[in-house]
Amino acid sequence: MTTLERSIVRRRPVAQRGDRASALLVHGLLIIFAIIAIAPILIVVLNSFKGTMGIFNAPFALPAADTFTLKGYSDVLTDGNFLLNYRNSILVTVSTIALTVVLGTGAAWALVEYKVRISPIVTGFFIVGIMLPIRLGTVPLLKTMISWHLIDTLLALVLVYTAMQIPLAVALMMTYFRSVPTELKEAARMDGAGEFRTLGIALPLVRPGIAAVASITMLPVWNDLWFPLIFAPSEQNQTVTLGVQQFVGQFQSNYPALLAALTLGAVPLIVLFIVLSRQFIQGLSAGYGK
Amino acid sequence: MLRTASRYRLLAIFVLPALAVYVVFSVFPLLSSVALSFFRSSGRGASMFVGIGNYIHLFTDPYTSERFWNALLNNVEFFGIHLLVELPVGLLMAALLTSGTLRRARGVYRTILFIPATLSVVIVGFIWRLIINPLWGLVSFPLLGDAKTALATISLMSVWEYVGIPMIFLYTALLAVPEDIIEASRIDGARPWQVFWRIKFPLIAPQFGLITILTYIWTFNGFDIVYALNGSAPGPNYSTDILGTLFYRTFFGSSGQVADLDQGATIASVIFFIILITTAAYFVVLQRRIKTYEL
Repeated sequence: MTTLERSIVRRRPVAQRGDRASALLVHGLLIIFAIIAIAPILIVVLNSFKGTMGIFNAPFALPAADTFTLKGYSDVLTDGNFLLNYRNSILVTVSTIALTVVLGTGAAWALVEYKVRISPIVTGFFIVGIMLPIRLGTVPLLKTMISWHLIDTLLALVLVYTAMQIPLAVALMMTYFRSVPTELKEAARMDGAGEFRTLGIALPLVRPGIAAVASITMLPVWNDLWFPLIFAPSEQNQTVTLGVQQFVGQFQSNYPALLAALTLGAVPLIVLFIVLSRQFIQGLSAGYGK
Repeated sequence: MLRTASRYRLLAIFVLPALAVYVVFSVFPLLSSVALSFFRSSGRGASMFVGIGNYIHLFTDPYTSERFWNALLNNVEFFGIHLLVELPVGLLMAALLTSGTLRRARGVYRTILFIPATLSVVIVGFIWRLIINPLWGLVSFPLLGDAKTALATISLMSVWEYVGIPMIFLYTALLAVPEDIIEASRIDGARPWQVFWRIKFPLIAPQFGLITILTYIWTFNGFDIVYALNGSAPGPNYSTDILGTLFYRTFFGSSGQVADLDQGATIASVIFFIILITTAAYFVVLQRRIKTYEL
């Protein structure tokens, strides 16, 4: 052990004891931020298990024996179209993720692997799209959807969302494909593997990238209000986000049902995010940061 | 090694499907929206080239222009509030998360602080409308009902939701600061405060540019939270109307307003140019700065 290393080792415990107060301050501030972040959500979730009286007389109390009721949920499930809305949102989101992953992975693989003169230009063309606000093309899109008879279909949403997410998917997957060792690919080709087979051999190595693309695609698609409002507004095609929006207008005075609807709209995504948060954060910072 | 011809063929096979979807449903509609803004349709199908006529109408017609300038100014305020609150708060959160005293709790805090950003704006809007409802007693003043406070209130709801995004960008950048530089400065006797402002802060500074430009694009493209709370003619008295709601109202129509696709395309194009010019300027400045650093 050199003297320098020894001095670091000796310093550390001293520094830590002195930092006890600042560690407390750090935790204290973060707890305050954490409360600000989740208290509003918790208040809504808690009150969704109460009756109207309970909601207004003691909004910040836990549901008790005399206030607890599931009436809000039963109202939502019988009068609203929540199950249908869920089905639509899941269909749209899963299809968009699948399509985005397949198309984005293919394009990223080729742009990394088959270098020709136009590759950088094509790459740049995709990258620009990360910042492209696709909503501003809604008027021509609306005309296209009408003439292709796609208006008021879930397919219209899937196509637009895939186009919206492809640039980020390509950019992200390219960074992952660049880290695949050349030897592996050359060895596969030497053994007579075709290009699709070679991609198949490289795929397990970029699995974290696919997870990042999938998790970063999920949120904006599930949560979007704009395109469902314009391209899939009818009752049988409404997504959860649009469904909640309409439901609130419809049940303005039925507070238990309103809070139940908000809870049903919010909780599944929060749970999914907690499960996928590492992939999501990786995707977010790698996708935009480059 | 593959021959050039087969490389072109393979590139085409793998890239064309993604490129087709991207061009047909994103690039083409955007460009053709700009093209549409120079035409005015008359009757069924026929349309006439009017040059910048739609723009002149938008900027000068007494009724239309009043709505447009109002929405633009509101949008500037909407963006300003986001930036002024999100950046410092996001930075503070990221600095706390990476301060080195947290260990395993770090991931838990990071996940909790990001949870609001996973919600749909519709849900965020309603949660907050309930909480600031004077009936619940937390706030006795109708924040959303007063033209003076409504836009700031909505902006802050949106900030509450999205502050996790700048936090994550700054958090990742702070984690990427090499540990040996920090260790070296500690040995030299730098206090944590100095380590942060003198060493980490300059290294993560480029992230502020990225966050600013993304916030700019997202807020000038904003729509959801205003529409969710106040509908397509956002009151009181249009005080929360932003460009996104004006665009929607114009091309889709609303009560008391007939749908006008050409005028809608014109507003979309104006928003597009507002975003394009600023983003381009940002990248030119960025490029130049990188060059001077290299010299």
